Amino acid sequence: MKELVIVSGKGGTGKTSLTAAFSSLAGRHILCDADVDAADLHLLLAPEVSERHEFMGGGKAVIDPERCSRCGQCRDLCRFAAIEGEFSVDPIACEGCGVCVDLCPAGAIDFPIQKCGEWFVSDTRNGSMVHARLGIAEENSGKLVSCIRREARRLAEEQDLEIIITDGPPGIGCPVIAAIGGATALVLVVEPTVSGLHDMSRLVDLARHFRVPCLLCINKFDLNLEMTRRLEDEARERKMQLVGRVPFDPLFTEAMIAARTVIEYQQDSRIAVAVREIWHAIVASPAMNSYGIRTM
Amino acid sequence: MIISVASGKGGTGKTTVATNMALSMEGGCTLLDCDVEEPNVHLFLHPVIERRETVTTFIPAVDDSRCTWCRKCADICRFRAIAVVGQKVLVFPELCHSCGGCQVICPEQAIGEGLRELGVVEWGEGAGVPVVQGRIRVGEAMAPPLIRKVRAAAKSDGTVIIDAPPGTSCPVIAAMRGVDFVLLVTEPTPFGLHDLELAVGAVRLLDIPCGLVINRADMGDDRVRQYARREQLPVLLEIPFDRRIAETYSRGRMIVEELPEWKEKFRDLFRRIEERVEAAPKGRTEQ
Repeated sequence: MKELVIVSGKGGTGKTSLTAAFSSLAGRHILCDADVDAADLHLLLAPEVSERHEFMGGGKAVIDPERCSRCGQCRDLCRFAAIEGEFSVDPIACEGCGVCVDLCPAGAIDFPIQKCGEWFVSDTRNGSMVHARLGIAEENSGKLVSCIRREARRLAEEQDLEIIITDGPPGIGCPVIAAIGGATALVLVVEPTVSGLHDMSRLVDLARHFRVPCLLCINKFDLNLEMTRRLEDEARERKMQLVGRVPFDPLFTEAMIAARTVIEYQQDSRIAVAVREIWHAIVASPAMNSYGIRTM
Repeated sequence: MIISVASGKGGTGKTTVATNMALSMEGGCTLLDCDVEEPNVHLFLHPVIERRETVTTFIPAVDDSRCTWCRKCADICRFRAIAVVGQKVLVFPELCHSCGGCQVICPEQAIGEGLRELGVVEWGEGAGVPVVQGRIRVGEAMAPPLIRKVRAAAKSDGTVIIDAPPGTSCPVIAAMRGVDFVLLVTEPTPFGLHDLELAVGAVRLLDIPCGLVINRADMGDDRVRQYARREQLPVLLEIPFDRRIAETYSRGRMIVEELPEWKEKFRDLFRRIEERVEAAPKGRTEQ
C-alpha cells in the first residue's frame, strides 16, 4: 500500500484542487483530507457521510466553586496562565495538562474530556474518503490527522486498495508532522514566488527529517519564469524529482465554483493535459516504486 | 492598537496586506510575523536583524541518582512524555507540553530544568518598519508558545500589525487573542468562503471586531459578498486580480512601491479599521 501526501509549506498554492484532480485519474483509491483545520476537499467531491465519529481530545480543567477553598494553588501551578480571577478556568488558555486537577488540595477541579472535532467516512464518486473537522480554536490537530490517516489505511486494507491520496495541511508544524510521517512520498505543490520557494525549502528540511521523498510540482509556473527556474534549480540541488508544471489558469476557480475537479470540468483543457502528465510522472516515479523500508 | 491580519485559508494575501499596510502608514507601526512555521514578512521588508533570541521551553531533565522509579511523574503526565521502564526514566521531549507537573510531583526532587528549543525570535527594521519575527525550529510541533513570545516582544503603545498563520486552530488563536481588530483576508471562491466562515467563527469566539479584505476580488463568484452582507461584516478593501500585482508579489516586491496608487488605498484601509476600533465597545477579553 502506498500513501501519497500533497503538501506545500505555503497555503493556497493549489494543493486541494490538484489532490481532487489526481483523484479523478487514480482509479480505485482511498482519499484522505488531512487539512483538518480548514478542510476543503469535500467542496469538490461532495462526500456522502456514511460514518460519523466524535473525536475526543484531552480534558480541560473546570473549577467547582462549591468545593473550591480559594487557596490559589492552581494559579501558582498553572504554566499557561489559565486560572482567572476568583478561580475559574479560561478554556482557551487551558492546555489540558491536568496538573491543577491532581494537585488541588480541595479536590475541587474536574477534568471533563472534550470533544475536539468529528471525523467521517464517506462515499464519493471516486471512492471512499476519510475526512474530519477540528472544532474552532481547538488543539490536537496532529492527533486528529493521525487518527484519520490510520482510518484511511484500515479502509485501504479492507477494500484491498493500493493507494491512498492525502490532502495535507499548510505549514511545517504539528498537523504537517502528523501528516507526513511514514508516507510513501510527498508531492510539493509550489508557486514561483519568493515565499513559495522559502516555504518549500523549510518543508523539504522537515521531510528530510522524516526521510520521506519529495516530488515537486510547480503551479502557476508562468507567473514568474525566473522564479520557476530557481525552483527547478533548488529541486535539482536537493535531489527532488520535478513531476511537472501547471500554467496559471482561471479554469481552477471555474471548476471549483462548479464543484468539479479540473479533470471532470474540461477533460481536454491544457490544465487537464498538464495534470494528467503529472499524475503519470508521479505513478512512475522511483519514490513511489521503491520497496525499501518506506513502503507501508 | 493591535491589528491581527488573519485568514482561514492559506495563500489569500495576509502577508501582502500586512506588509503593504505597514509600509503605507503615516504614523508608523511595528509589524509582528506570527506565522512562525512559514514566516514571509522578511522576504518583502528585508529587515536588518539587530537582535536574535533562541526561545526554549521546559522539558524534564531526570537525575538518575535521585530517582526511585516511583512513577509519579509518568502518572501525572497527560501527554505521555515521560515513562518509567524498569529502573529507567524515559523522556520524550517532542511530546512534552512544559506543564511542569512531573517536576512538582517528584518527591525526590529528581527532575531538573531541561530545555527544548522552540525556535528563534528576531528583532530588526526593514524599509523603515520595526519588525519582530518568530521562526519555529524545523521538526518542532508547538507553535503557540513561540507566537506568544513574539507578541510579548512588542511592548509598544503604538500601532502593532500581526501577520497571523492560516487556519483556525491554536496557533491562530495565539496570534489573535486580545487584539483590537482582526482583518480577515479572503478570496471570493468556494474554498475562500468556506474557510472564511471558520475564521469568522474563531474571531467571534474571541469576541473581537473584524472586517474583510477581498483579494483577487474579480476571480470567483458573489457568495463571499453575500455572506459578508448577511453576517454584517464590513468589506474594507477589495484588491482585483492584476497580473502586475501577482508578479510584484512573486518577486518579493511591495505593491505600494511598484504601483504607488495603492498607497492611499492601504492608508484608507487603516483609517477604516481605526474608526471601527474607536466605535467598538470596550471591555473585551484581555490577553
